[in-house]
This record gives sequence, C-alpha cells and structure tokens, in this order.
Amino acid sequence: MSILIDKNTRLVTTGITGSEGRFHTLRNRDYGTNVVAGVTPGKGGQDVDGIPVFNTIAEAVDKQGANTAMIFVPPPFAADSILEAEEAGIELIIAITEGIPAHDELRAFQVIKKNGRSRLVGPNCPGILSPDKANVGIIPATFFKPGNVGVVSRSGTLTYQVGNELALSGFGNSSIVGIGGDPVPGTDFIDVIGLFQDDPETELIVMCGEIGGDAEEKAAEFIGEHVTKPVVGYIAGFTAPPGKQMGHAGAIVSGSHGTAAAKAQALEAKGVRVGRTPTQVAQIAMEILGK
Amino acid sequence: MDLLEYQGKQLFARHGIPVPSGKPARTVEEAVAAADEIGYPCAVKAQVQIGGRGKLGGIKIAANKDEAREHAQAILGMDIKGLTVYEVWIEGASQIASEYYASVVFDRSAKAPLVMLSTKGGMDIEAVADEDPDAIAHLHVDALIGFQDFHGRQLAFDAGVDADVVRPIGAFLKQLYNTFVAEECLLVEVNPLIITPERTLTALDAKVTLDNNSLFRHKDNAELRDLSAEDPQEKMAHDRGLTYVKLDGNIGILGNGAGLVMSTLDVVKGAGGEPANFLDAGGGSKAEAITSAVEVILSDSKVEAVLFNIFGGITRCDEVANGLIEAFSQLNPSVPFVVRLDGTNDKEGRQILAEANLPNVYTEATMDGAAAKVVELAKAHHA
Repeated sequence: MSILIDKNTRLVTTGITGSEGRFHTLRNRDYGTNVVAGVTPGKGGQDVDGIPVFNTIAEAVDKQGANTAMIFVPPPFAADSILEAEEAGIELIIAITEGIPAHDELRAFQVIKKNGRSRLVGPNCPGILSPDKANVGIIPATFFKPGNVGVVSRSGTLTYQVGNELALSGFGNSSIVGIGGDPVPGTDFIDVIGLFQDDPETELIVMCGEIGGDAEEKAAEFIGEHVTKPVVGYIAGFTAPPGKQMGHAGAIVSGSHGTAAAKAQALEAKGVRVGRTPTQVAQIAMEILGK
Repeated sequence: MDLLEYQGKQLFARHGIPVPSGKPARTVEEAVAAADEIGYPCAVKAQVQIGGRGKLGGIKIAANKDEAREHAQAILGMDIKGLTVYEVWIEGASQIASEYYASVVFDRSAKAPLVMLSTKGGMDIEAVADEDPDAIAHLHVDALIGFQDFHGRQLAFDAGVDADVVRPIGAFLKQLYNTFVAEECLLVEVNPLIITPERTLTALDAKVTLDNNSLFRHKDNAELRDLSAEDPQEKMAHDRGLTYVKLDGNIGILGNGAGLVMSTLDVVKGAGGEPANFLDAGGGSKAEAITSAVEVILSDSKVEAVLFNIFGGITRCDEVANGLIEAFSQLNPSVPFVVRLDGTNDKEGRQILAEANLPNVYTEATMDGAAAKVVELAKAHHA
C-alpha cells in the first residue's frame, strides 16, 4: 500500500500551460501518474501533449473525474486556485507554489478545515511520491523504489537527500510526503505519521524537520501516544544562529524556542532516534530494520 | 520584514490608530527642525530594531532646541548593540497614567491570529509571560469572521483594564487587528499602549513585521528600508532575489532549498569547517541566478572555498552547471569550488562540468564527501 496517492489518483494540474507546470506534469505522467486534465483560464479546449485543458477545475472534475489537484500557479493566484479546487470537490490538493502570502494561506486553510471535504498538502512543498504507483509534484522519482519506509518532511530538497541516503542503504519507500516549509501547512507531521501508522506496508517512519515553530514537538507528543511503529528523526539547523530566518518562512530560532537541539530532545524523550546527519538517519534505519 | 518604530507608527496612523505626532530625521539639522515643529518637550528616539535602546542612551527627552541638538548629535551615528543609528524619530513627549500591552501575532502553531492584551505594559512581555502568565489575556480569532466587538470586550475584561477604558481598548484592539489584516502583517505589537491622564489611548511604541510574500500588493511598504540592518552582501542578495544570511566562517555555501542548505551548514561544521553564509538559490534556479549567487558569495572577502550542494527537484542540474561556468567566465574566482550535483538532469549537469574542465573545481558524489573536501581545501587555501 501507500498513502495519499496511488493508481486511483486522477490528477488535474492548475497552471499546466506555464513552463514549470508543463515540465513537471509531463514528468509525473511519464512516471505513470494518471494525469487526466489541466486547467488554465482562457485556454480551455487546448491540450498539453494530449492532456485536455479546461477553463475551470469544476469542468475537469465533471468531464474527467479528477480527484487530485496539483497547484502550480504563481503565488498571487495560488490561494484562489486552492479554494477553487476545494469548491470543485477535489479530495486531495497538493500545492507546490512557493511564496504564497501568509494571510492568503491562512484563509484557504481555514476554509478547507471548516468544510472538511478536502485535504491540502503544502503549500511550498515538493509533493508526494508513492514509488511505482504515482508521483505528484517535483520529487525526482528515479532515486526511489517501492519499500517499507515512509518519509515525511518539511523541506523538499532535504527529503531527496535523506531519501537518497536510505535508497543507497537498500531501502525503498511506501510513500514520500513533503508537507512544506510555510507558516500554515495544510497537512502536518502528525497527520502524515498517523497515515503511515495505519498503512500496513510501512514498517519504519522517517520524519525530517527543521528549526522554527513547534511542529516537531507536537509530533513527538503524538508519537508518544499513538505510534507503535519505529520512527527515526532528522532536524536541520543545529548550527543555525538565533534570530536569523534561514530561508523558509518558518525557519527561525527565536530565543531558546525552535532550536534543533530542543526538537531532537523532545523526539528522543518519546523514543525517537534522531540522526545528526542524513547519513546517520540511514544508519539508524539499518540498525532498526536489521538490514 | 521588520519595520522601524517610526515606520510602524506611520503605518498605524494610516489606519487611525492613535500615535504621538512625530517626524523622522537623518541629520542633526533635520532633527532640530523637526523638534521645533513638534514643540517641546519632545523625545529623540534612535531608530534601530533592538530592545533596550532606552537604557543604552538611545532615547532622550529634549526640553528645548539646544537639548534637541545635543541629543540628536549624541544619538545619530551611535552604536547600539552592533547596529549604527542612521535615523532618529522626534515625537511629542507623552503624559502617562498607565502602561498596557497589546499585540496581534500570526500564530503558526494554532493557525490563527492571536490577540493579546495585558495591563503590565512597558516591560519585556516575555518576562511577564514567564513570571505571571495570567496577566496576559489571549484570544484566537477565526480569520474567516474577523475581530468582533465582543472579542474586544472579552479581552479587556480578562486583562482587568480600568473600567472606564474597556470600550476604548476594545475599539483600539479592533483597529489593531484590522491593520494586521489590511497590511498583511505577521506581528503588530504596541508596548507600551499608554493611557494618558485625560484617559485617551496612544501607541507609544510600534513593532511591526510584514509578510515579505505579500509585498507585491503593498508597494509603499515594499519601499521601506532599515539602513542600520542592511549588511552589504545581504542587500546585494536581496536585490537579486536570493535568500542569503551572512555567517562568520570562510566556506561559502550554495544549495537549493532551505532545509538542504541548513543541513549542509550542519554537515560542514561537523566536518570541522566554518560556513561563511547560508544561501538558498531557491527552487527552479536558472543559470543567471546561479551566476548571481556566486557573485554574492565571493563578495565576502573572508570566503576561501565554496561548496555547491544541489539536489535537484524543480531545479535542474544542467542549469546549475551552466550558471557556474558563466560565473567562472565573468568572475574568474581565485578560490576552489567543490560541486555536488544530484537529482533532476544530474547526468547532463555533470557532463557539462566535465566538458568545461574549469580550473580549481572539484566534483564529489556525496554530501558528506563534498563537505570533507571543501573543509580540506579551505584549510589548504588558508595555509
């Protein structure tokens, strides 16, 4: 099994006629993802390499049965696109766009939560990969094969790094989920860890966090109470100086809050082993699964 | 983006929040002219983003023109905890009966705006939170509904404000919340919010953090500057749309994605090196962005070796390779480079680099190997 995306995924990409949207949608299709539609207002009736383009997401749902949306439109219009997908009844919305205004993101999140009919992953995330089943987003899939390790991460490229270390040690993945580094992620560590806990194929969960916020601390509490599978952690930013925002909107150490050391400690207190480098994460995984 | 006090007050004034009348000044003459216009007594306040400037001599009251000149001379150019004062704010001195605290914070943890009010203003609110947490009234607002009048009353009663100012405080909080939303702030904080002997309210300080991602909708805010906080390299990077943070070491770092760059800093430090910077070239970096990034890194004269750590997703390794080649032809760097390319179009990228055969560029297959190599080269270059 896998979580969130698989062979039943029917994908619509918003912003499909932009150069990045087109490039990554076609890569996703080449991987085997069932891409059923694209949306660009005013370009309905055209096609992108055979993928039909519609003016609205509702049409893509109506005519093509889309159930998953990948948001690839520029930041000023991305929250609007997320809300359009929600209203069209899309079950899973994966927002790749980086740089969405925080207040837009907050309103979109609150609408999705209130209506309770869609799940949002991202924004500012690399997407989701379920090896050999589907790839939605920008994760370079060639590095990963099916297996029993579930990966969840706040950072895109760090996901690839850690995932690659695991692959080099012989591990495959049930799914790899990027939740993104923005202030209001639609899906949190605890949501994804809960899904991996219930997924029979996943035997080990790897979570990659970073400095700032308290998502890792909340995950530690959740793991202590609800998770019986082994979890390995990694936190980026042990050497980050306080008061400096390290790229991601969320990645900042203020005073003693949000440090990598505090997060590692919170996780270790709940029995999660935390690697100090991506290579160490793979070593710990090998010890736990006895490879 | 953090605003200076006076920038925050000007923003407040635009939304009808009561602030003392004042003027900013960059020279002693401007400061004296401003003081004359505002009248005496007035306050001369250093404009730097750092707490405790009053105790360090950065805020003085002037009773007359001579004192205004004297204080402006002393404060302009002074160093406050490492920041140079380039601007002062001159404002009318205020009479204070009570000092309160009010703020609206973008609470990421609760995913909602958090409004706070306390009658213990004028001091460090984190100290109040530690010593007497009940002294701060909290309220999360549903962003879809916004701040209602009853929210204001509830906070005022919870905080235990003087009975005669319950309604004015409620109205003040509503204005503060609406400013937070209209200007798309991540923080608006007023400490102290003063009650005058005439029982009116004034925001005596202003701390505002804007959301950089929304500045395209707020052209006026986008043009605000804080000269004291602008490191030349950081400014250069900002102007080119790169995320750069200057650090103290001698190994320049370029990566794609904040998490991977942070991880790279940790691994370089673990290998015995000292990073000179954090630089996230961002997702989907084109060759020009890479060339530009190399220029920013090399503009720091302490850099003795550079590490490129790229794991391409949306970023294509061939673009990175072409950017590096262009950077070499434009800048002809004298320090060694270590390059690690993995991910989207990595074979093409490595091929391009191999064919270009740049002097002093070493390719490594792994992040750990690349970190070890760059530390070794930095040491050799230093020797």
